[in-house]
Amino acid sequence: MSPTLALFALQAHEPGHLSDGGVLAEFAWLIPLVPLVLMVAIVFVGKRLPYKGWELAEAAMLFVAVYGVTLLIMNASGGIYHEGSVEIARIGAYTIEWGWVVDGLSIMMYSVVGVVGLAVFTYSKGYMKGDVRYTWFFAAFTLFAGAMLVLVSAANMIQLLVGWELVGLASYLLIGHYWEDHSNNAAAIKAFFTNKIADVGLVIGIIIIGVTVGSFRFNDVLTAVFDGDSALAQVAFWAGLALFIGAMGKSAQFPFHVWLPDAMAGPTPVSSLMHAATMVTAGVYLLGRMFPFYQSDVFAADVKTIIIVIGAITLFAMGLIALVQDDIKKVLAYSTLSQLGYMTVAMGAGAYTAGLFHLFTHAFFKGLLFLAAGSVIHAVHSNNMSDMGGLRKPMPWTYKTFLVGSLALAGIFPLAGFWSKDEILASISYDAGHGGGTIASVVLWIAIAGAFVTAFYMARAVYLTFFGEYKGHAHPHESPKIMTYPLIGLAALSIVAGFVNVPGVYTGFTEWLAARPFSMGDHHAESINFALAAIGLLVALAGIAAGTRLWRKDAATQAERDRFRIPVLYPVLEHKYYIDDLYRVALVDPIRGPVARFVNWTNTYVIDAVVNAFGGLSMVLAKGVYRGVDQRGIDLAINAVAGATGEAGEALRHTTTGRVQQYAGALFAGAVLLVLGLLIFT
Amino acid sequence: MLVTQFLILGALLFSIGIYGVLVRRNAVLVLLSIELMLAAVNINLVAFGAFLQDTMLGGQAFALFVITIAAAEVGIGLAIVVLIFRNRSSANVDELDLMRW
Repeated sequence: MSPTLALFALQAHEPGHLSDGGVLAEFAWLIPLVPLVLMVAIVFVGKRLPYKGWELAEAAMLFVAVYGVTLLIMNASGGIYHEGSVEIARIGAYTIEWGWVVDGLSIMMYSVVGVVGLAVFTYSKGYMKGDVRYTWFFAAFTLFAGAMLVLVSAANMIQLLVGWELVGLASYLLIGHYWEDHSNNAAAIKAFFTNKIADVGLVIGIIIIGVTVGSFRFNDVLTAVFDGDSALAQVAFWAGLALFIGAMGKSAQFPFHVWLPDAMAGPTPVSSLMHAATMVTAGVYLLGRMFPFYQSDVFAADVKTIIIVIGAITLFAMGLIALVQDDIKKVLAYSTLSQLGYMTVAMGAGAYTAGLFHLFTHAFFKGLLFLAAGSVIHAVHSNNMSDMGGLRKPMPWTYKTFLVGSLALAGIFPLAGFWSKDEILASISYDAGHGGGTIASVVLWIAIAGAFVTAFYMARAVYLTFFGEYKGHAHPHESPKIMTYPLIGLAALSIVAGFVNVPGVYTGFTEWLAARPFSMGDHHAESINFALAAIGLLVALAGIAAGTRLWRKDAATQAERDRFRIPVLYPVLEHKYYIDDLYRVALVDPIRGPVARFVNWTNTYVIDAVVNAFGGLSMVLAKGVYRGVDQRGIDLAINAVAGATGEAGEALRHTTTGRVQQYAGALFAGAVLLVLGLLIFT
Repeated sequence: MLVTQFLILGALLFSIGIYGVLVRRNAVLVLLSIELMLAAVNINLVAFGAFLQDTMLGGQAFALFVITIAAAEVGIGLAIVVLIFRNRSSANVDELDLMRW
C-alpha cells in the first residue's frame, strides 16, 4: 500500500478560521505566572504549612493542568489563536516584551507540562518524604515547571531565552539536590556548562534573526519568512544552524548529549519531569515554533539535512548505550536520548506534526517509566538492576505500569508509542521520496533499526528488574498509594494518548497543532502507512523476542547473559563511545590545566601587580598627604587657633573678679561712652 | 512750662543713685540707690509726659509700670539680701565674690 501524504504549499493565512479563545486565552499569562509566584511563596512560607510547601506546588500544577486541558478541549473543538504582549523596555529600535501565545503548539505544551507535572508532583510527596530539603525541593521543582511555561508561552525570542536559561538554572538546582555527594555537584555543573555552550548558539541565532528582521517576535519573523524577506534569506542558514545548536543543547542531541545521563544524579521525579515535559522538549519545541523557517526552501531548508543526520546519530548510537547500562535510570536516560533523536529526525524530515506527536506521547510513557523506576529504587534502595530482579510479585502495580510504559516506548500496537513512531517512519519515508534523497532513505533504515534497539533494551530492563530472582538486600514492598496512583494515571494516558492522531480515522492532534496563524507546510500522513507500520511493529516484537531469549532466566543466568560480549563494540558502548573521555582530554583538562594555570598566572602577576601598584601608589600619596598637608598644614592652623583662644582666655579671665560693683561700673562707663560717641559723631 | 528743672532734678537723683550703687558696700544701700535711679527715670517720664501734653498719658502710665516693677524687684532683692545675711552674717557686697573666676 503506497503512502498518501500531503505537502501544503507554504503560505501565510489570516487566522480568520481560528477563534480568539475568549477570556481564557486573554488570561493565559497566568499559566507561567502562577507557578512562579507560588514558588516564591514556597520559599518564604512553605516550611510553616501543614504539608511543608508541597500543597502550593501541587496547587500550581493543578492550576496549569486544568487551564491547559481546558484550552486543549477548546482548541480541539474549533482552534484557538491568541497572542498578547506587554512592553517592558525599549532599547534603540528594539522592543523587549513579555508575551503569551495561545495557539495549538503552546496549548499542547501547557497540557503536557500540567498533566505530567501534576502526576510527578503528586508522586514526589511520597518519594521525597523525609528529605532534608523537602520544601526547597518543591520550590525548585515549581520553578522548573514555571520556567518551562515561560519558555513555551513566549511570544518573542527574548522571553524564550529567559525561560530557556531559567530552565537551565532550575535543572542545575535540582540535579545537584543531593549536593553532599561531590559527584552530584559535578553532574549539575556538567549539565549547566554543556547547556551554556549550546546556548551561545541560541543567542547568536536570536541576535542574527532579531537584527535582520528588526523584531524579536516569532510572528514578525515568520511573517518575514512568508513574505520572502531577502535579507533574512541571506542569513537564514547560519541563523537556523545557530538556533539548532541551542536546541541540540537543551534536547541533548549528539554531541551535546553528555549532560543528560549524568543528570540522573537528581531525585527521580526530577528526571521524570525533565525527560517528559520540561527541559529536553524545549529544543524540539523551538524547532516546532520556528518550523516554517526551516521548511521554506529559500530559508533554512539546508539545515534540515544537518538536523536529520544529528537526530539519526543520536537515536541509534544512544539507544545502543542503553543496552549496557546497569543503572535503571541511565537505561531510561539513554532511551530518552534515543527518542529525542526520533523527534529531531522528524523535524529534520519536515514532519512538524509527527515530531511533536512523538513529544506528546513520549511525555506520558517516559514520565511513567521514570516514576515507576523511582518506585523500584524507593523499594530496593539502589539504582542498579543487578540489585533488583523478581520484583513483579512484591510490586504488582509498579510492574504493571512499567510494563505498559515499556510496551508504549517499544511501539507495540495499540499503545501511544506505536502511533507516534509509525508517523515518524511514514514521514521519513515520504521525505525520502520528496527532496530528502539518499540521506532520508538511510535515516529511515536507522530509525527502523532504532525501533529494534528500543524494544531490545526495554525488554532487558523489564526482565532484569521484574523477572528472575531478587538479587538485592533491602526488603522490597509496593510503594504507597500516593506514588502508585500517578503511575496508574500516566499508564492510562500512555495507552490512549496515541488515539488522538490515527491517520485517516481521527486526526485531531494534527488540527490542534495547525491552530496557528501560519500554514506549517509539514508532511503528514493522511492514512496509515500499513507497510511501515507492520515493519515497525515486527521489528519491535523481534526486539522483545531477542530480549526475552537473552534475559528471561534466573538470576545467575541473567547476570552472565548481561555481560553479553560483542567483541570491540561492548567496551566502546560501556565507555559511551569515549565521548566523555574525549571531552575530558580535549576540553576539560586543557581548560583546567594550562588555561587555568595561565589565567592564574595572569591573575597573580598581571592583575595583582597592577592592583598592588595602585595600592602602593595610594599609600605613598596618602603618607605624603598625611605628613605634608594634614600634620603640617591643617593641624598647624587648628592648633594656632586653639592656642590663641587659650591665651586670650588666660588674659581676659582676670577681668571676671566676681565683684558686682566693678561690673556695674563697667556697664555705666560703657553707657557713658556710647552716649559720648552718639554726641560726637552725630 | 519749663522742663529743665525737672530734668536737672532727675539727673541729680540718677547720679546719686549711680554713686550709691558703685560705692556703697552695704547691699541694702545698693538696692536703695537702685531705687533712686528708678525714681529719677520716673521723674523724667512724668516731666516729658506733661511737657509734650500727651493725650494718652503715656509717660505717667509708664511711670506707674516702673514703680510696680521696682517694688517687685526690691522685694526679691531684699529677700536675697536677708538670706545672704543669714548664711554669711554679712551684707557686704565686696565679700560676695562667688562668681569670680
